[in-house]
Amino acid sequence: MTYLVKPKLLRADAPRNALGYTRRDYEGAISTLCAGCGHDSISAAVVQACFDLDIEPHRVAKLSGIGCSSKTPDYFLGNSHGFNTTHGRMPSVLTGAALANRDLIYMGVSGDGDSASIGIGQFAHAMRRGVNMTYIVENNGVYGLTKGQFSATADKGSKSKRGVVNSDTPIDLVALALQLGASYVGRSFSGDKEQLIPLIKGALRHRGPAFIDVISPCVTFNNHAGSTKSYDYVREHNEAVNRLDFILPRDKIEASYPAGSLRRIVQHDGSILHLRKLEADYDPSDRVGAMNYLQERQALGEIVTGLLYVDSGAVDLHRHLNTVEKPLNQLGDAYLCPGSKALDALNAALR
Amino acid sequence: MSQVKAIESSNDFVIKFANVNGSGSASANELFARAIMRMGVPVAPRNIFPSNIQGMPTWYEMRVSAAGWLGRRGGCDLMVAMNPQTWDRDIAEIEPGGYLFYDSTKSLPRSRFREDITVLGIPLTEMCNREYTDARQRQLFKNIMYVGALTALLGIDFAVVEKLIADQYRGKDKLIGANVNALKLGFDHATANLPCPIGLRVERSDGVGDQIFINGNDACGLGAVYGGATVAAWYPITPSTSVIEAFSSYCRKYRTDPDNGMARYAIVQAEDELASIGMVIGAAWNGSRAFTATSGPGISLMQEFFGLAYFAEVPAVIFDVQRGGPSTGMPTRTQQSDLISCAYASHGDTKHVMLFPEDPYECFTLGAQAFDIADRLQSPVFVLLDLDIGMNDRLCRPFDWDDSRRYDRGKVMTAGMLDSGKNFGRYLDVDGDGIPWRTIPGTHPTKGAFFSRGTTRNAYAKYSEAGTDYIYNMERLRHKLETAKKLVPSPMLTPAAQPSRFGVIYYGSTSPAMAEALALLEGKGIHVDAMRVRGFPFADEVIQFIEAHDEVFVVEQNESGQLRMLLLTEGEIDPKKLIRVLHYDGTPITARFISGKIADALSVRKVTPIRKQVAS
Repeated sequence: MTYLVKPKLLRADAPRNALGYTRRDYEGAISTLCAGCGHDSISAAVVQACFDLDIEPHRVAKLSGIGCSSKTPDYFLGNSHGFNTTHGRMPSVLTGAALANRDLIYMGVSGDGDSASIGIGQFAHAMRRGVNMTYIVENNGVYGLTKGQFSATADKGSKSKRGVVNSDTPIDLVALALQLGASYVGRSFSGDKEQLIPLIKGALRHRGPAFIDVISPCVTFNNHAGSTKSYDYVREHNEAVNRLDFILPRDKIEASYPAGSLRRIVQHDGSILHLRKLEADYDPSDRVGAMNYLQERQALGEIVTGLLYVDSGAVDLHRHLNTVEKPLNQLGDAYLCPGSKALDALNAALR
Repeated sequence: MSQVKAIESSNDFVIKFANVNGSGSASANELFARAIMRMGVPVAPRNIFPSNIQGMPTWYEMRVSAAGWLGRRGGCDLMVAMNPQTWDRDIAEIEPGGYLFYDSTKSLPRSRFREDITVLGIPLTEMCNREYTDARQRQLFKNIMYVGALTALLGIDFAVVEKLIADQYRGKDKLIGANVNALKLGFDHATANLPCPIGLRVERSDGVGDQIFINGNDACGLGAVYGGATVAAWYPITPSTSVIEAFSSYCRKYRTDPDNGMARYAIVQAEDELASIGMVIGAAWNGSRAFTATSGPGISLMQEFFGLAYFAEVPAVIFDVQRGGPSTGMPTRTQQSDLISCAYASHGDTKHVMLFPEDPYECFTLGAQAFDIADRLQSPVFVLLDLDIGMNDRLCRPFDWDDSRRYDRGKVMTAGMLDSGKNFGRYLDVDGDGIPWRTIPGTHPTKGAFFSRGTTRNAYAKYSEAGTDYIYNMERLRHKLETAKKLVPSPMLTPAAQPSRFGVIYYGSTSPAMAEALALLEGKGIHVDAMRVRGFPFADEVIQFIEAHDEVFVVEQNESGQLRMLLLTEGEIDPKKLIRVLHYDGTPITARFISGKIADALSVRKVTPIRKQVAS
């Protein structure tokens, strides 16, 4: 429960990042989610990613909608401002926030109910506008807070805890994001932090709309036999196309890779994405290829994960709008108000 | 024309242009209105148009009033009938003794005219076909040609119109020449063939002074620029769209960085009204001044977000250009029917600030002020204008701005304040005015961060369902809205010439018609104190005004008496005291209507008119 004070005991030898912060400085309130919830693993991955990237917590704004997943921003980055908005409408609030201050890092956290049902419109339009953000969907295929109804990402034929079989076609947010113009698209699994943490890091350092669909089993309502979003099912069907190592420009690259097995992508800020290929022919810079590959594998019942698409040269909404470099929320009166002289001239023209 | 005398009037009449929309008539009609103003005579034009792009009937009604009455008068003294589709009803609308101007190219049977009007025909189509070969030119110059003919008929100085055209097309000499040529063809033909000038005349006057001519939507857009708005998110909807278009064009002019051409503003056309208000709330949460412009259907769609902004305490400015409701209603007609849906917008117990500008001048000043109030209160502020003010050019006071004025950003705690040890509780009432302090994201590495939410919380923004926390918060919000009464613009009082037991309350676009109605009533010896409400929650003076009178008329342009409902509820007034005067057919309210209703009501009450003693 969030109103409990979290003990701030700290080991003297706790590792510190370049800013002198420990991992603890990136944590938030104690989670109120069910024990074993995949969402808590994602929160932990966010904490680790921000710690590793030496991000100042207060330079992050975390926004969410409504649902179990949308509660999680309270459970990480306690020194960041957060905004738990309305159901399905986080993308618009995040867009507005990003317009106001282009210098902060925007993290949108949502769920499959929040983004694929009520919020599918806002999800779609934030992607196509090119909002500079990391948008994570914690995807468990069910509505947890209202006790286990299917969500729009539940697979056809998937069985609910009560034994109802879903007859509706699922929405694949990854496929949508690719089609709509997201410039960094990944899918991962809450049970695979080795894969998830670097994906989040790459997204945080990406300029443009970065989308990560994280399959995150609901231990209470969707972790039974017959579910396609259970821990067991996802582990069995997870087909990673690549493994990502995220490398900051300052890092020394030590690992060596066999020739031809590595794809090196430099992002706009100099950060490097090292993609160890697991699928030899998979090209993450080919959007149409990625879409085709996803469709083919999905038909075979596979869950394709990894960094599926990245456009390292993407430009964002601020570039489209040609806004000034200085954040709009920091422009003083003199930069905003044309003053009485301009008004006199305008009056004269209106006579 | 035998039995009825032709109307004779100088600088006081109504001309109505009946056109087909999409025919280019709007700019010609506006040119004519401006010409009359250049003669120093006040003009109040109004577009009456359908929800359609091309081919449907549209009217441009122009009231010429030496006395400066800018409300709609009603009736028509001179009909410029350019639309065969609406001919019969246009002819029927002319006042007895009035005038008809028409295109006489095709002869019409006598039965299509009236005996009691003066008919003035010019073969416009024939003249255009002779002069121009291009179809579009024939159409556009036909409009300018009738402006030329009317210039002669009303005795307007040709040079004034000529100069106006030169001003309008400055730098485009070819266009000036072509337009002046068409104007002259019409002018000369009328002079040679018609009894110029007719009984209706425009004579040089000095009734315009330094007033400017602009519509309310443009003024709102300008007000948002001066008010410091940097983010606008919107979705197109009649009749509010041009608010954003104006903001955009004024921003290009005034907010483009001179060094690099970059924008000191961001405008996003959202996917719907929900996203528009969501973006506004996100931007304002993050410390930018942000607004949207919409109309009734948009207000309905935004309800959930209004509740979030109210409860999470995020500023937002909403320009609501009201149109006829409910539902899609009358998209191109005017009404004041969104008061209730704005005042208590969203589920649960909410209350919102509303401002009611009377004209473009106040659209600008209250529009700019709305941003200060929203930041100060950390709550949504609705600027409620309507189609009548928003989409019609109106004469008004010139805009003014005090350069020493600084934006009131409200209670924003800075990093320095946090470091100095100030106690920060996001929802803590430390100043006793119900308004808490806020921090903007990114302020301080370790202090002042909080989690905004629509759920209940304690004074330190921690999730809480404890009844005491909930009540503390709700009572503080109520207190905050009490504070708002002092922040909204105060009401304007117009005392009657004689002490009166009767009052009248009105607001927004009713203002010019009301001013004229008061003069009409006074002329009949009926004295009524008048108060124009400019903001909600109501300032104490509004309630005191009601208490000081036996009965108060509440004049508004909706069917249910929405301001009256708010007065009854908020002021705990006896319903019998407030008498409805309601006009809601979609046309702007008139002085004739208001004064008629009030005079009738008072005659029932056997109020003896007090006529002023004429000094001998």
